[in-house]
Amino acid sequence: MGNKQTTFTEEQLEAYQDCTFFTRKEILRLHARYRELAPHLVPLDYTNNPDIKVPMTLIITMPELKENPFRERIVETFSEDGQGNLSFNDFIDMFSALCEASPRELKTIYAFKIYDFNRDNFICKEDLEKTLNKLTKGELTPEEVTLVCDKAIEEADLDGDNKLSFADFENMISKAPDFLSNFHIRI
Amino acid sequence: MEVDSVFVTDHSGRISSNPLLDQLPSYQSLLYRRKSSTVGSKQRGSSRARVGSSGSGKWGINTFVRLTVKQKSQTEKRHIRELAKPMAEKRKHKKQCAEDAQKLSSWQQWRQSTRKYLRRMRDESEEWLNSLKLWRGDIHLIEGMFGTGILSYFSFLRFLVTLNFFIFLLMFGFVMLPIIIAPHASGNITFSQNESYCSVYKSDSRRGLVNYHKYITDLLSGEGFLEQTYLFYGFYNVDKIHFSHITYNLALAYLLVTIGYLFLSLIWIVKRSAAGFKHNLIQDEDCFQSFCNKIFAGWDFCITSENAAKLKKKTLLYELKTDLEDEKIKQKIAERTHKEKCRLYFIRLILNLFVIGVLAACFYCIYLATIFSQKAQMNEQKVNFIVDLIYEYLPSIVITFANFITPVLFSFIINFEDYSPAFEIRFTLLRCVFMRLTSIVVLLFSVWSRITKCKDGPCICGYNHDLYPCWETHVGQEMYKLTIFDFIVIVSVTIFVEFPRKLLLRYSSSALAKWMSQQEFSIPQNVLEIVYGQTICWIGTFYCPLLPAICTLKYFFIFYIKKVSLIKNCRPATRPFRASSSNFFFLGVLLIGLTLACVPVIASIAQINCSQACGPFVNYNTSWGVVPATVYQLPEGVKKLLLALSSEAFAVSCFVLTCLAMFYVIALAGAHKRVINELRHQLEMEGRDRRFLIQKLCQAQKRSGVRSPQSKFQPRRSSSRSSPSYHTSFATNFSDAVFLAHAAPSASTQV
Repeated sequence: MGNKQTTFTEEQLEAYQDCTFFTRKEILRLHARYRELAPHLVPLDYTNNPDIKVPMTLIITMPELKENPFRERIVETFSEDGQGNLSFNDFIDMFSALCEASPRELKTIYAFKIYDFNRDNFICKEDLEKTLNKLTKGELTPEEVTLVCDKAIEEADLDGDNKLSFADFENMISKAPDFLSNFHIRI
Repeated sequence: MEVDSVFVTDHSGRISSNPLLDQLPSYQSLLYRRKSSTVGSKQRGSSRARVGSSGSGKWGINTFVRLTVKQKSQTEKRHIRELAKPMAEKRKHKKQCAEDAQKLSSWQQWRQSTRKYLRRMRDESEEWLNSLKLWRGDIHLIEGMFGTGILSYFSFLRFLVTLNFFIFLLMFGFVMLPIIIAPHASGNITFSQNESYCSVYKSDSRRGLVNYHKYITDLLSGEGFLEQTYLFYGFYNVDKIHFSHITYNLALAYLLVTIGYLFLSLIWIVKRSAAGFKHNLIQDEDCFQSFCNKIFAGWDFCITSENAAKLKKKTLLYELKTDLEDEKIKQKIAERTHKEKCRLYFIRLILNLFVIGVLAACFYCIYLATIFSQKAQMNEQKVNFIVDLIYEYLPSIVITFANFITPVLFSFIINFEDYSPAFEIRFTLLRCVFMRLTSIVVLLFSVWSRITKCKDGPCICGYNHDLYPCWETHVGQEMYKLTIFDFIVIVSVTIFVEFPRKLLLRYSSSALAKWMSQQEFSIPQNVLEIVYGQTICWIGTFYCPLLPAICTLKYFFIFYIKKVSLIKNCRPATRPFRASSSNFFFLGVLLIGLTLACVPVIASIAQINCSQACGPFVNYNTSWGVVPATVYQLPEGVKKLLLALSSEAFAVSCFVLTCLAMFYVIALAGAHKRVINELRHQLEMEGRDRRFLIQKLCQAQKRSGVRSPQSKFQPRRSSSRSSPSYHTSFATNFSDAVFLAHAAPSASTQV
């Protein structure tokens, strides 16, 4: 764009533009947001790829994530160490995968990872119950929770093993009309 | 569970999946996408017992590498940013692609770099176009506060503003602009003139001393000083404009622009609704409200405010509870006895007849009000400023009144009809839509009945030229009045009803105030309001060419009024209106409005004689008459072609072809549905087969694993010789951690 910026080298910006759905301006803006979270930790100059990770406790205070019941799971999914500490690469990856331009297939993969609480590559009944409890914050009675989870598995399970594999999940999401309009974060 | 013994829990109670499952091709193909999760789990170490992945050792990694190489060629077809890999891997991948690209020929390199450049350009231009979108910041704010349901209403409003603006540009560019620039571009205007009995048109402009309130009446009713302006059809007396080189046939342009804007609206709406329509066709009502959809796609990730989050949680809870109740109701419906069914159908019949009766009564009231208002307008004796205004606006008042009462009545009645909750909502909405849109048609019908009926026998000029020397202007005035009144009602309801309601709630804690508790932003009713306004605009643009501009401004102000009212006064409805289906619903209702609007326009263009005293079609019998006249003046070949296109033979064959295409597509859809069901059944069978086989395999492994400690003491050469491949293949394939005992047989064979 012709602006003199010293945060990234041109090569880095090119790489980011190719690897995410963001434009130059947005990448620089995201870096500013990332830095805002921990100004003493994150340097302004990223040209030599410093290995800085912002802890999860700071990231989930972002306004875009603050009210989301799945915020911890989202941050954990995109973190390399699985603990929720995001480097800038992970940070920009997260918002790129969840942005509006990201295709449905990519969002489905990450949605599956987010909802798979115990990371066994299946969404079993316990994962479903945890998801439901995060959504309703314990307002449903245990019988209702069991009933809803049973019905959900009944609807989506194709191969009859009482849990959702990725193929089941993908098939179900492709028929869920609300997924694309709801599953994106605007930043 | 015997069936699921594939997934054994180890002694610590954690689930460990079988290593065999990890090596299935279907799992491996997903592995490259999910490598980051296994990386994360590797480092988590002891907290998870993923024996397979961490222990599959060399074989696992080798296969993984081989598979990634094979899949690389597949993934190159997909853009890097669509891969589900962490950033570092994507950049490595990009470097790899760049290196591979060096090996390509220069032509292919150039092609790749151009493609990349074009993609970059397209992204930036899309971003620039998005930034131009009207009200982007406001809509973002609303989305964060209220979620995507209400957002869809506001983006629908924005769509209507844009649509009206383009219709206005069409009208302005082709009809008004030539007239305006004619004097400046040395154009010679031929006015349409006709000296006959029918062409006497005394304009109603006031002369002499006029009271100030006459101007206000004129402004609100479109008469007086507004009548002979660009606003109404009657002003456009121009037939042709002769510029230096070309002759511009304004009459033809007027007609074609009318047809053009109807087509433009149709195409734009259909294009916009295409995506939502596909969803609705694939699924039936049950899947729509499925539990999975609510759990996995229910939370709106865009919500940023605490209130909206609380509300969304409440909404989801309400939806889930309602769905559980629906299940119970469905059971109840299935258990209905014969006698109950008969009684129910009888009640439904009575209530439907009652609804039809109510609708008929409303329509008759509108008809009477219109006739009365017309008679009062023709009456020269003016009583009073306010009373005059009321007489002028009587049809609008009656329509608005009916539109307030009927939804309440319908939602009361439907409680007795005992339908399923989803069907209840839709049926009530359908009735309200029908009520609103048909009331306009009834109004027009009553106006036309006055126009085409003369006192003694059939009319000489084809219309009642005594009362309506220029009937199109009169119809245009009625549409103008409807629009203005609609706008006034919306503004007054917001200011005089919603704000005081909120003040009442805040400052008084009486029971009445609590009963009138904070009102909800009812999306369907608001949408019907603006669709009603848009239908009037579509009908009225032919008679009142500046109406689209007025509607653009009207919707522009309505946006801000509704936004302020929403933020300050309302809370969103607890009965949620889903974003996905709402888009389809809005555009569906709009399409109904468009269809309904086409009917009066086409009827008046083709059937009713146009007025001989004003307008561009004076030289023709009907407004449509200008098209045949122009066609006959075209050169021979084009004339023959156009005549052939409009003949019955062509129309019938077109119709037959369309029917055939439709039948074919329907048959195709049916066949696809059958195939999908079969495949689903097959998938389930395959899954069961797989688990059965794996279970058998596990049992066989366990048996051989149990046998091997004994073989340490009793070398059973026969058994080891007879099946060395069996043991050795398993030894290479499975991790030592699971089959530690296998070391013994191989050691024993060597001995």
